[in-house]
Amino acid sequence: MYFDAWNGFAAGQWHNEIDVRGFIQANYTPYYGSEDFLQPSTGRTNRLMERLRSLLKLEQEYGGVLDIDTTTVSSLTSYPAGYLDKNEELIVGLQTNRPLKRGVNPFGGIRMARAACEAYGYKLSDKIEDEFLYRTTHNDGVYRVYTDEMKRTKKCGIITGLPDAYGRGRIIGDYRRVALYGVDALIAQKQKDKARVGESLYDDKNIKLSEELFQQLNFLGMLKEMAQLYGYDISKPAATAREAVQWTYFAYLAAIKEQNGAAMSLGRVSTFFDIYMERDIRSGTLTEQGAQELFDEFVMKLRMARHLRTPEYNELFGGDPMWITESLGGMGEDGRPLVTKSSYRMLHTLYNLGAAPEPNLTVLWSNSLPEPFKRYCAKVSIDTDSIQYENDDLMRPIYGDDYGIACCVSAMKIGKQMQFFGARCNAAKLLLLSLNGGRDENTGLQVGPELPVVEAQPLNYDAVLKRLEVYKAWLCKLYVSTMNVIHYMHDKYAYEKLQMALHDTEVERFMAFGVAGLSVLADSLSAIKYAKVTPVKDERGLITGFTTEGDYPQYGNDDNRVDSIAVEFVKGFHQELTKTPAYRGAIHTLSVLTITSNVVYGKKTGATPDGRKKGEPFAPGANPMHNRDKNGALASLNSVAKLPYESCRDGISCTFSVTPATLGHSREEQVANLTAVLGGYFAQNAHHINVNVLDKSKLMEAYEHPERYPNLTIRVSGYAVNFHKLSREQQREVISRTFHESL
Amino acid sequence: MTGQVHSFQSMGTLDGPGVRFVVFLQGCPLRCAYCHNPDTWEPGGGMAITTDEVLARISRFIPYIQPGGGVTLSGGEPLVQAGFTAEILRGCKALNLHTALDTSGSVLTAEVIETAALADLILLDIKFTTEEDYRHYTGGSLQTVLKFMQAMRERRKPLWVRQVIVPGINDAEEHIRQLYELIKDYPFVQKVELLPFHKLCLEKYQALKLPFPLEQVPAARPERVKYLESLLKHMLG
Repeated sequence: MYFDAWNGFAAGQWHNEIDVRGFIQANYTPYYGSEDFLQPSTGRTNRLMERLRSLLKLEQEYGGVLDIDTTTVSSLTSYPAGYLDKNEELIVGLQTNRPLKRGVNPFGGIRMARAACEAYGYKLSDKIEDEFLYRTTHNDGVYRVYTDEMKRTKKCGIITGLPDAYGRGRIIGDYRRVALYGVDALIAQKQKDKARVGESLYDDKNIKLSEELFQQLNFLGMLKEMAQLYGYDISKPAATAREAVQWTYFAYLAAIKEQNGAAMSLGRVSTFFDIYMERDIRSGTLTEQGAQELFDEFVMKLRMARHLRTPEYNELFGGDPMWITESLGGMGEDGRPLVTKSSYRMLHTLYNLGAAPEPNLTVLWSNSLPEPFKRYCAKVSIDTDSIQYENDDLMRPIYGDDYGIACCVSAMKIGKQMQFFGARCNAAKLLLLSLNGGRDENTGLQVGPELPVVEAQPLNYDAVLKRLEVYKAWLCKLYVSTMNVIHYMHDKYAYEKLQMALHDTEVERFMAFGVAGLSVLADSLSAIKYAKVTPVKDERGLITGFTTEGDYPQYGNDDNRVDSIAVEFVKGFHQELTKTPAYRGAIHTLSVLTITSNVVYGKKTGATPDGRKKGEPFAPGANPMHNRDKNGALASLNSVAKLPYESCRDGISCTFSVTPATLGHSREEQVANLTAVLGGYFAQNAHHINVNVLDKSKLMEAYEHPERYPNLTIRVSGYAVNFHKLSREQQREVISRTFHESL
Repeated sequence: MTGQVHSFQSMGTLDGPGVRFVVFLQGCPLRCAYCHNPDTWEPGGGMAITTDEVLARISRFIPYIQPGGGVTLSGGEPLVQAGFTAEILRGCKALNLHTALDTSGSVLTAEVIETAALADLILLDIKFTTEEDYRHYTGGSLQTVLKFMQAMRERRKPLWVRQVIVPGINDAEEHIRQLYELIKDYPFVQKVELLPFHKLCLEKYQALKLPFPLEQVPAARPERVKYLESLLKHMLG
């Protein structure tokens, strides 16, 4: 292959095959300097942003949804071109024909689409209802084969948030391929792949793959048509920086038109764009201001992405998130940092456009990153509370240097690996279920295998562990089976045609399981082991309370006596999951991540032996329970850092909130100290951290007067939200969290 | 060796340079009117812990505190348990960690001086600037502090000078001039920090059923404290 659009780029194997990484490695320019070169937003950006701000305000006033097109099923070409301001925009493309208007996407499940319309005062049109009378959705498929046991387990809330009624998401298309090669070259490659599959043994696996390739090819064609609606021919590669951004954005846009996946992440585009920007700047056709403008406008577009969700969905995943995760920085395998000027430009959009949750900016932290970049990231954290950090030194050896983060903490090689998303199960409830002989402490339903309820006398640690083993084995098997059902049906009825077209044909698959309530479980087991815990039974004979006498070591204090309980649990849980084979040969992975569902999980869980009351929220992700860490912030981080990534390959989320004054007197000190904290945490093989630097009083004020803080952004578990978009309950939970402060 | 420790703060950023692991030792000879840690007064309080255990804890935080930070021994008054403090300081040295000693300089024995000399940095809280005020508000003697300073000067120890500013008691410019007089000839003052008096400790006093002597005094205004600090810095040149 050769295209004129590649003039000025260093050649390599990437000419002969689809190899974005090869292109990046051969052409990018690492940047070791400071942020001094960055430029403010242009007049054009400001005018567009003004327009967008007024629309966002209106959206808020309308109760969170500005408008819904109830008569059109969302797809690549089902809407005419839409604009924020046709005369001003450098980067074009909207999900529907109007900004912030939401489309309907019933492929995951018509019930969800219907309920979402109704929740905002709309009615799904008869046209769509009729059309889907004769169509099987993903949700229909799943419920055709769910067993009674699966349904019971879902109902009691021991497994929650499963993607069985909406798009599973967490798949990252390699959107950069469209810019680098143009769509025609991608089509040619997929045609070749399809022919090759046809020549191999045509068993069910290959027939399935061949049909998928057919669909991928179909959607690549539609991608070109979609761009045509905006007057662009993207069959050939992008020739300028602006085109590279535009082509890439078209590919991403097509993905979110097709799929309403739970997390629709972007990948790792900044350093890729940088190569085009450097080339244009060298040739004198682009200025620094122009480069920043492209980033600002691109990010503005990403901030306009919307999916239509039900209020119940928002209870689990609060704040209307899209998880447009962009991974920044990291090191190359050859030891050069993947930090470029464009890594800075991307972060700088938080200043030019103001802080915001999307895109979900994720810094791949390595202790070898250039010091000025580390300090700039820390400064951005302190100023905006909008970025998260993940350990590149931990992930690079596994995923190489062109991986991205899907959703919050899920790493995958871009275009080469994908995952089957599986929400999470409730570890604290599992303990209660074990003690109650398989009955749910709330509904009284027999959910798991039946055993006698444990006697109301002081609990014996070893006996409790033994029982927990029995129920863990039961739950893990059921969890894998349930996931197999979901992903079989999702592939069958809601396959991600465009996103998978932007993957290699032979992909590696992960099946991502999760646990919530890890700190509650660890503290509960620690209480049983080191204090005296006596169950209290209710009139049904079920254990619904505990008396806990004496002190016990609590997770979050760098105390091995309890931290090791958490470590052993995740190791054992992951081990147990792998015993049941996963659909399509997927590799079992596990996350310790809750998003905002720690509130709902807590609500559905009775009192626990650690002293947590019935219905009280869990701590988010892998965090210690609120206010139980007594030795300061770093001791708390050390506890989290002990959780082994090899057992939790889908990520270990930690949210760290600290007041500015606690980080140091001056801004300079604060930046230096936060940099040291991040370095120390990651040096111990910790995986992820969200950083919030703010005063609790500010949150309390925002709780009372949300209108005064329209842009207050905070990091929760693995993503960021506008504080005002959280439910009142979620807001209260965020306020009650530990804010590390010293007096 | 075993000593009494009140608590640990794994992320201290206000007591010495960089990120610091802070050990709060138990026991204090002074009874400062504004003390915000009355629970550290009793020498027998807190938890009994060996220096080995303390050092084992510290070593868990080396990745955070090695670059630019270190360990701070605070209290209470860490020099009340001079032997214990000395052993921790020596242990930190062996771990190649920067050490700071947060002291009032109001204990003075040969052992105390040798112990303090082990630290890389002395955070000296000169609480009041006249003998009369010092006695009245702390129960100690300014003379002891000045002798301690002299001993540190002979050992060429870098000093951070600190003082809590209490409205109506030591917040006049005259007080700052007095403070300047006390430190102007010390050649190794690296930093001066004036800290605003606050009353966040009220609950602690209530829990200990102790009266808080300055209950009626308002918290210091941060702007005033900043101004006084700039004044002091100006005098020091």
